[in-house]
Amino acid sequence: MRAALIRYSPLLILALAWQLTSQFELVSSTALPPLSEIGTAWLDLLTSGDLQKNAAPSLYRGGVGLMLAIAFGTVLGIAMAWWRPVNVALGPLVEAFYPMPKSALIPVTVLWLGFGDGSKILLILLGCMLPVTIGAYNGARSTEHLLVWSARSMGASRLRMVWDVVLPSALPDLLNGIRTALALAFILMVTSELIVAREGLGNLIGFLGANGSYAAMYAVVLTVAFLGFAADRIYQVFMQRALAWRETGIA
Amino acid sequence: MSGTASAAEPNAGRAVRAAAWAVAHLGSIAGLLVGWELFARSGAVTMFMLPPFSAVAERIWAEAVDGNLWLNIGLTLYRAFVGFLLACAIGVGLGIAMARTRWARWFFDPIISVGFPMPKVVFLPVVILWLGVFDVSKITMVALEAVFPVVTATVLGIQGVGHELLWSARNMGAKDRELLWQVLLPAAFPQIMTGIQVALPIALIVAVFTEMAMGGFGLGGAMMQASRFADSRGVFAGIVEIAVVGYCVVKGLAIVRWRLLLWHQEAVAPSTV
Repeated sequence: MRAALIRYSPLLILALAWQLTSQFELVSSTALPPLSEIGTAWLDLLTSGDLQKNAAPSLYRGGVGLMLAIAFGTVLGIAMAWWRPVNVALGPLVEAFYPMPKSALIPVTVLWLGFGDGSKILLILLGCMLPVTIGAYNGARSTEHLLVWSARSMGASRLRMVWDVVLPSALPDLLNGIRTALALAFILMVTSELIVAREGLGNLIGFLGANGSYAAMYAVVLTVAFLGFAADRIYQVFMQRALAWRETGIA
Repeated sequence: MSGTASAAEPNAGRAVRAAAWAVAHLGSIAGLLVGWELFARSGAVTMFMLPPFSAVAERIWAEAVDGNLWLNIGLTLYRAFVGFLLACAIGVGLGIAMARTRWARWFFDPIISVGFPMPKVVFLPVVILWLGVFDVSKITMVALEAVFPVVTATVLGIQGVGHELLWSARNMGAKDRELLWQVLLPAAFPQIMTGIQVALPIALIVAVFTEMAMGGFGLGGAMMQASRFADSRGVFAGIVEIAVVGYCVVKGLAIVRWRLLLWHQEAVAPSTV
């Protein structure tokens, strides 16, 4: 407890500095409302239900999009690592589209699926799939040949081998790819909602900002930032659990 | 799995094989474009949902002739690169400070570890509030999002430098400054470069996004404009342009890495995607 307090004390110092600068009007309090005001605005949003009402669709879009991306990305990555024709056909495409700035897809998904959930889910799926694919691909390719040969000589079928040998050895790289995808999912969720949406946290931020209720806007901004942070921390704990069977811990 | 087979092959066989790979590479891209064209013309989707590639290419050509294409590419790259370079400079500097001095580490470590996984794009309205909607706020957003991978890579890279190197350098009388420039930074460079390579696509994503959200030309701004006027050719032209620009920039940085790290053993190994 005490160690954590010392470790995170710089954040407290920053919060205090924030509160004091805006309290003493060192900067205009519209541009930087005091933290206390933001806290009350947050409570207001919570009691009126606006926060929950907008958080639910956002998290739904992010969650579904990410799950689909993980499913497709894993299958694709392992298929590319294990069947040469798949790699020949799809490898160059993955390589070409990986560096593409994913936010460019926002207008197209809107064009195809409109303003609702569908376009956000498709955007997150498309944007998050490639990091997962590349993680699965690199992981599956680095499977030790000795393991593969042993499994073969013990009569494992091809699919069985992918499931029992390749997937577990691809897991560390795969999980790292998913971590990148998780961060990307949040970015894409918020950006797409800021640009085109009728509901969702990103939309709420844009709406409050346009209305000039900056304390409430800050409250939602900090909430989203915290959600992203919390999701990553929870995922890291999960990752450590999932990889606990390995001899060497993950970095 | 084919490692043993290719080692036994004569050189001519290897050249043929490399050529075949190059053809397969171009083939799958060409296949995608042909598939796009045929699918769009098949009538399964409307021209509005998916204009054929030929129409999109025509549009890009028109934009290239009237000069808008170059203006937009220039603006997007300018914003992305200035933000990216700022992120590199600040990130490496901060990383060195954090790895070498205790108080900097104490102060910045929690900020970085909390800030890294946050979606920083969400601060866009705040940055607009402070800095307006012009280039300064776009560049700030780019730098804000791109700086984190550089800092963490720099800290990890410098901390990972072996003690033997440090002790030897000290033993031979290296001063702090020499130690930093001649031992620590070169030894940590591959890892720092990896952080920088992670930061570049992020910089492009954020540059395009800020243009979409704030307007003001650039590839993202032009796409958003086209989208507002339901000009689907313009939207797809934007996607193709952004994909090509992104690919060239990221590949360019990979080449820079390879040139800079020729002295390093990793240069021999094939790079991943």
